[in-house]
Amino acid sequence: MTLSPKTVHADTASPFPVGEHVCRVVSNEAVNDQYRLMELAAPAPALTAEPGQFFHLLCPQAGADAPFFRRPMSIYRIDRVQGRLGFLYKETGSGTRAMATLRPGDDFNIVGPLGIGFSLPPDRAPIVLLARGVGLATLAPLAQAAAAAGNPVTALFSARDPAYLMSLDYMADQGAEVLTVTDSEGTSDPEQVERRLRELHAAGRMEAIYTCGSNRLMLLAQRLANTFAIRGEVAMEQQMACGLGMCFCCVRAFRTAEGIEHRRVCNEGPVFDLKEALSW
Amino acid sequence: MVDGPIDLSVRLGTLALANPIMPASGTFSEELARVFDLDLLGAFVTKTITREKRSGNPTPRVAETASGMLNSIGIPSKGLANFLDEIVPAYRAFQQPLVASISANTPDEFAQLCADVSVPGVAAIEVNISCPNLEEDGRAFAMRPESTLSAMQKLRAASDKPLWAKLTPNTGEIAEVAAAAEAGGADAVVVANTILAMKIDVHTRRPSLGNIMGGLSGPAIKPIVVRMAYQCARAVSIPVIGCGGIATAEDVVEYLLAGCAAVQVGTATFLHPTAMTRIIDDLAAYCRANGVAAVRDLVGAVETGPLARTDELLAQVY
Repeated sequence: MTLSPKTVHADTASPFPVGEHVCRVVSNEAVNDQYRLMELAAPAPALTAEPGQFFHLLCPQAGADAPFFRRPMSIYRIDRVQGRLGFLYKETGSGTRAMATLRPGDDFNIVGPLGIGFSLPPDRAPIVLLARGVGLATLAPLAQAAAAAGNPVTALFSARDPAYLMSLDYMADQGAEVLTVTDSEGTSDPEQVERRLRELHAAGRMEAIYTCGSNRLMLLAQRLANTFAIRGEVAMEQQMACGLGMCFCCVRAFRTAEGIEHRRVCNEGPVFDLKEALSW
Repeated sequence: MVDGPIDLSVRLGTLALANPIMPASGTFSEELARVFDLDLLGAFVTKTITREKRSGNPTPRVAETASGMLNSIGIPSKGLANFLDEIVPAYRAFQQPLVASISANTPDEFAQLCADVSVPGVAAIEVNISCPNLEEDGRAFAMRPESTLSAMQKLRAASDKPLWAKLTPNTGEIAEVAAAAEAGGADAVVVANTILAMKIDVHTRRPSLGNIMGGLSGPAIKPIVVRMAYQCARAVSIPVIGCGGIATAEDVVEYLLAGCAAVQVGTATFLHPTAMTRIIDDLAAYCRANGVAAVRDLVGAVETGPLARTDELLAQVY
């Protein structure tokens, strides 16, 4: 067991911004019956990560689960003061099931930071974060960055049930105004969400919109961003192998001026211009 | 033990490499320069270049299997012009030889592309004759010795650069195919490409790949490809470059003992981006610990005579 996190190859001062880091698990607790939060003690080069970037996680073998590839995961929390990285995840397959077996003190090998993260609008323009499900995890660190940059944040979070609305207190602590909609309360259908977003725009609180976690919400956000001529960004997911841009496994189709173009989620993304996205 | 420095250099025909470790085509690009100093490698091998732009296959393009990777990427390529205008100049920043991997649909198109990539800055050309030949109903050139020979002869006539023939493991006669590549003028054979394979999701009942079938790589295929490399090394006098499931320096030593003069590392880089540099360090350590002063002394040094002592073998196994 390593007592302090170490870096296999990269360091901040080097020309090699991406490294393979062996981190120590600080905690790995269930936050509800579906999601877990893993906190890692991470070395300085890993903590240069920006909201929207991701790490490529080497999940261990655990019982019958022998994940072969790394698993890409967006960063939920970056705490440069404490030297911590947080990942909020749902146990959905062999990789995340194996990840859930890690205990405090265990080593965890991560590669990153990878990809291109979010960009905030200039001049302290107010922004809206629109997320559903695990998309909350991807947008959460953007609230912190927006608070630091002076962009007022409204977070509109959607979930199946209020029990799965996570990190509301954290968002509020960052100064975000938090609105929630859920299926069980009958408030999450696209018509109602659209009405709330139009109200936010009318109130001058939506100069840019960021979304993750739902195809329906992405298409809604895209339509409204076009209608109001505001900036929009979407964080995408795709199955990955290398995570570094070499293998071209993780492509998605985008609409550009020249026609349909395939881009790598790992390298050109995972955050993309909302206008060019075709599906989440 | 060896006290002095270990000589890791190898020679592939006229081409000298600082060490025998290079990436496999399709598992490497200049993006890896964000992780380590690429000049630590023996050579660079590009993704396969086609003349025209290609967008590749439908997703999902990849699936994991027991100790392996199944892929059907479909050779997305930015085309010849991008290679000449962007890729070749980008590698001028590095010292090690650049190997251009190429593919085409017919022998004549293949030969023309081979001529077009024979430019300064390209040290060798890896001809991916594992790809489908449209004139033979989509059968890969390297499936049969005859089609390998005729394709290689046209390629040879098109370029003065060292030509490496990348063979497919999906043939039942790989040694004969390797010999045909040599007879056609190849300067080396790369053994081998991925093994045609398939995976089905039992919940959705759908193939795990958008293209239904794909190529298997990774540790799962290593013993099969070591066998093929051994067979090819006995069948040809040109260098054999081993490629299949290498993840450690021990895997490299195995391929060298089987008769390979150098190796390519692919899937392992996806799991550990620094796999190749770690392997180079570990290979030197293996040589030092085992009294091997020059890594080329391992090439073809597999012992196949009668076993003298069964107890020594058992001690190794346990």
